[in-house]
Amino acid sequence: MTPLSQLLPGQYGKLTSLNPERSVDQRLMALGLLPGMVLKLVRKAPLGDPLAIEFAGQVVSLRLTEAQTIIIDVAADCPIQRPRPQA
Amino acid sequence: MSAAEQGLTVALVGNPNTGKSTLFNALTGLRQRVGNYPGVTVARKSGQCDCGDGTKVELIDLPGLYSLSAASPDEQVVIDALSGHLAEDRRPDAVVVVIDATNLLRNLFLASQLSELDLPVVLVLNQADVATEQGLKINTELLSRRLGGIPVVLTSAWKGEGIAAVRRAIGEALRARVRMPAVEWPSLVAEALADVAAGVAADIGRAPGRADVERLLFDSTSSVGQRLGWAAPRRDVVIRAARDKVRRAGYNPLAAEPLIHYERLRKLLEGVVQGGGNRTGGSAAVDQVLLHRVLGPVVFAGIMLGMFAAVFWLAKFPMQWISGGVDALKLGVAPLLDGMPMLQSLVTDGMIGGVGAFLAFLPQILILFLFVSILEDSGYMARAAFIMDRLFSWCGLNGKSFVPLLSGFACAIPGILSTRTIEDPKARLATAFAVPFMSCSARFPVYALMCAAFIGPLYGPGWESVVMVGMHCVGLLFAVPTAFVLTRFVLKVKPQPFVLELPRYQMPKPRDVLWRMWQNAAEFVSRAGTVIFAITIIVWALSYFPRDPAVEQRIRATSVGVAPEVVDAQVQSAYVEQSWMGRFGKSVQPIFDPCGFDWKITVGVLASFPAREVIVSTLGVTYSVGEGAEADSKHLQQVMRAAKWTEGPRVGTPIFSLAAILALMVFFALCSQCGPTVATLAQETGGWKWAAISFVYMTALAWLMAVAVYQGVSRLA
Repeated sequence: MTPLSQLLPGQYGKLTSLNPERSVDQRLMALGLLPGMVLKLVRKAPLGDPLAIEFAGQVVSLRLTEAQTIIIDVAADCPIQRPRPQA
Repeated sequence: MSAAEQGLTVALVGNPNTGKSTLFNALTGLRQRVGNYPGVTVARKSGQCDCGDGTKVELIDLPGLYSLSAASPDEQVVIDALSGHLAEDRRPDAVVVVIDATNLLRNLFLASQLSELDLPVVLVLNQADVATEQGLKINTELLSRRLGGIPVVLTSAWKGEGIAAVRRAIGEALRARVRMPAVEWPSLVAEALADVAAGVAADIGRAPGRADVERLLFDSTSSVGQRLGWAAPRRDVVIRAARDKVRRAGYNPLAAEPLIHYERLRKLLEGVVQGGGNRTGGSAAVDQVLLHRVLGPVVFAGIMLGMFAAVFWLAKFPMQWISGGVDALKLGVAPLLDGMPMLQSLVTDGMIGGVGAFLAFLPQILILFLFVSILEDSGYMARAAFIMDRLFSWCGLNGKSFVPLLSGFACAIPGILSTRTIEDPKARLATAFAVPFMSCSARFPVYALMCAAFIGPLYGPGWESVVMVGMHCVGLLFAVPTAFVLTRFVLKVKPQPFVLELPRYQMPKPRDVLWRMWQNAAEFVSRAGTVIFAITIIVWALSYFPRDPAVEQRIRATSVGVAPEVVDAQVQSAYVEQSWMGRFGKSVQPIFDPCGFDWKITVGVLASFPAREVIVSTLGVTYSVGEGAEADSKHLQQVMRAAKWTEGPRVGTPIFSLAAILALMVFFALCSQCGPTVATLAQETGGWKWAAISFVYMTALAWLMAVAVYQGVSRLA
């Protein structure tokens, strides 16, 4: 379980939860981003924020702060995996 | 028969980036009327559309939107328009829903919500050519059948294909009045909706529409309750109980609507679309370059530089033609009115000058909107906002604030007009408020005069450039904190989430681009133009009257043997001195005294309200150099250097001390001495409130900073 804000560019996975109380998430749901859907972090803006995500055949930009509470289950077959933090 | 006589209206709705405007232009053939919905800054576009059989309907182009959740003013207008709650518009007789054929599922969500409005629907699957290129095959007959038999039309508005079929479908929808079947809600959700409907009916005495009930139940904040007159305590109790019921059905009440609609649509679309692979492929490849970490900003800077150069430099040529034409007209008309000096001055300086005053803005507006339209229609504007957002988000603005602010460095008018591209009303207002702080080209002559007359000769060209650059930064320095405070503490408008679609790249259609340039220019002329004209006439009258011929006779009698142009300049100066403007300037001079301004500068400041650069020629008149003085006039510079205080505590010292010229420049950098800007702000913010606040705030700030600079520098020096 990784917040969308911590995904690496190119990583994708299933949306496990978002917060319907927030207007950002409401907008995303209207665009078809619903739990269970696969989304991919396409890239970050040159200054690191906002993010461009792809889902349901469209690319949408949203801010880092707004991506923190959107939780992704990174796909096991995703070639890009975050290196484990060294102990 | 006209559309109005038959009274049939059809609304055009759809997601942004579906080619809706192109379709609207194709259907109405540019016979359009543009206005604003009262009270909100949402444009209302309508036009006449022929249904192919001679029937004409009024087609209303509603703002593009993704859902009916009524979170933004745009969404509010659409839901009010479609449910017949706009004071000036009847409920439409049918709705044309424009859909991007390459992304049916996402686009059909809005259509599915609209099915609750119980209106005949025509579904237009636009951009069919792109869908075909992507290998998509859409079975429109099956889709129509599943949607209860509503007309479903494939079009490519860009190529002009399928337009006739849309016309016929509108006619058919108006005759057969086939509705889209409404969603089948799970039984507990249906019960919850019925509870809300019953609650409304019990409290306000009439049954609400289905769509209204859904907004009340599903939206966290909705103004529908307010509109219905359903009071808060009762409303909250009923809605809370109904939402508990939705929870028992297993849904989060705020997520139930998209979940249920999308579930419905997924089933509905089974077998409708075949084929298709990578839908974002082509644009993704372009984005590899245009959004690249290094290349992206480089290309962005190049495009913006080109746009700025065009607005700043290229516009100068047509502006010169316009001012040349205005001057020629003045010269041509003046002799016709010889012997009637008052009328002559009114017509040439007041009226022709007034028309020239707003015509002068047209080249910049047209050129900026050429760029803005191309950037928006191509899909690059969203990318530009994506690149720039980080720099603006912290102070409450967003990436789309960049283009208006940048244009502000050329001229605030097109800058303010281009804030229309910002969807979020809060960021839009804050950006429009910040734009006049950008150092526009009309401030340039003021800086240039001061630098050429004083800074250069006294401190050398190096300091001249330092001051020039510094003055261009002063406004920015104050604009950013202003925007921060405004968005954080002052504006009570709900901010919109910055969720921005990065649409597919597309070739802009020249007709749409040109049409948009024209519409913006025409609106500016008809709305702000009249105000600018009026301001010019008023300032002319204040500077002309009263005109006592004795003043002139006295000067002419005492200056025998003096060169005639010198006498003329003295006469003009004397007339201005005893005009209302001169008297007013003298009486308010004490206010500007702490900034180091004498009455002549004060008059210059006041008389430059129609346009900032006018202060240069006003100083020319008040310092008896003659009319038409420009920043590079050596004579004016010389006279100003020699000018000394003739009374008061500073008598005998130069008026234009370092402290005074810096204070004057800072004042001009920050003040709102620009009637056209104030008029445009009023036009774009839907009333005089924000224009007045901006004027008072900027003037007060300018005065304060001028006082600080004058007092500080004169003590140091």
